[in-house]
Amino acid sequence: MSAPVPRSKDEIARRVARDIHDGAYVNLGIGMPTLVANHIPPDREVILHSENGILGMGPAPPAGEEDYDLINAGKQPVTLRPGGAFFHHADSFAMMRGGHLDVCVLGAFQVSARGDLANWSTGEPGAIPAVGGAMDLAIGAKQVWVMMELLTRQGQSKIVAECSYPLTAAACVRRIYTDLATLECTPQGLRLVDAVPALTREALQTLIGLPVAEP
Amino acid sequence: MIDKLASTVAEALGEVPDGATVLIGGFGTAGIPVELIDGLIAQGARELTVVNNNAGNGDTGLAALLKAGRVRKIVCSFPRQADSHVFDALYRSGRIELELVPQGNLAERLRAAGAGIGAFFTPTGYGTELARHPDGRPKETRMIDGRGHVLETPIHGDLALIKAERGDRWGNLCYRMAARNFGPVMASAAKRTVATVHEIVELGALDPETVVTPGIYVTRLVQVPRVATRPGGTAEATR
Repeated sequence: MSAPVPRSKDEIARRVARDIHDGAYVNLGIGMPTLVANHIPPDREVILHSENGILGMGPAPPAGEEDYDLINAGKQPVTLRPGGAFFHHADSFAMMRGGHLDVCVLGAFQVSARGDLANWSTGEPGAIPAVGGAMDLAIGAKQVWVMMELLTRQGQSKIVAECSYPLTAAACVRRIYTDLATLECTPQGLRLVDAVPALTREALQTLIGLPVAEP
Repeated sequence: MIDKLASTVAEALGEVPDGATVLIGGFGTAGIPVELIDGLIAQGARELTVVNNNAGNGDTGLAALLKAGRVRKIVCSFPRQADSHVFDALYRSGRIELELVPQGNLAERLRAAGAGIGAFFTPTGYGTELARHPDGRPKETRMIDGRGHVLETPIHGDLALIKAERGDRWGNLCYRMAARNFGPVMASAAKRTVATVHEIVELGALDPETVVTPGIYVTRLVQVPRVATRPGGTAEATR
């Protein structure tokens, strides 16, 4: 049997995009989650929210047409789709905190089997902390999905029994999309959704070091 | 007759006392009132507490204010950036105090200040390191409908510096795209609000349906040349 081939970042993004329903209001976090926008199936209308006061955010403009009054949360130039709207920061965060977003997709340093999220600080002494809107999204979106590589560069699972890094929010993550598998966080622990070909549930449990229930 | 138009930035700013809390609008490259920050540097107030989403980029704008040694404390959500070297150096050498606030709490604490709200409970930050006061004491918490909440207090400013697009002599303001960001809530949260605009129009020319910040929140406004803001906070005149 051949070894499992991990999904590329774009393949993970495509896998996430497949689960976003038509008509959804979605916030994509800084970094890898922004790739999801490139993979929304053409038959679905999805409205992207940006924390700095945009609904209906479109893709990056062609070179030379950037307008630095129209940027995303990562401070990169974007565009506005027909039907898009602008609003101030308190309104924007009311959308996030008030349960109006259907889905947010975030990166993570660690996620616990119960869905605790650590994605804002590694807690290293001397590091300058920065949180942005991560805690607001984590507590406020109807569904919080994490998109990340399963293992660190050192080969350790980022899905853990208990987060050792400072928490963003407790028990907030519903789904974890990784390069090797898609998993659900439940009060009882992890449940497998799908895995790359040739990766068995048993092998996945060994990689993570935690039980993974059958789909 | 009400006329909030100032002919210079210095006149618009007026006296800013040492130790003032200054709310400064802007998010990334959008909505930074660069001319007002430069005016504050020229004006000379020291020991300031600055409230902004970030902690300065490059060497201009807020970073220049920090570099000039005028800021004692910064309240923000995202200080660490690729080009936040001025803040980073001050922070690492213990020459600036940081109060890190989740961005939604920053916006809502400003909104609460403007709306006369004494404090509010929010789930954001519950069970995290940020559910603490700057001195390390835990913030008050409460279970509401089975969910943990943290008590957060308003952020009042002595002065708000914001950037708008268009205004009239009553101080009514419209903004441009995502440059609106913190402008409206900061305008409401300060004792005095000074706004830059790129265009001043006759009273009655702004469509009342599209006024975002009504003049009641604005103390002075001053016209500045239209600029295209670039990454890193620098600006050069175009168009």
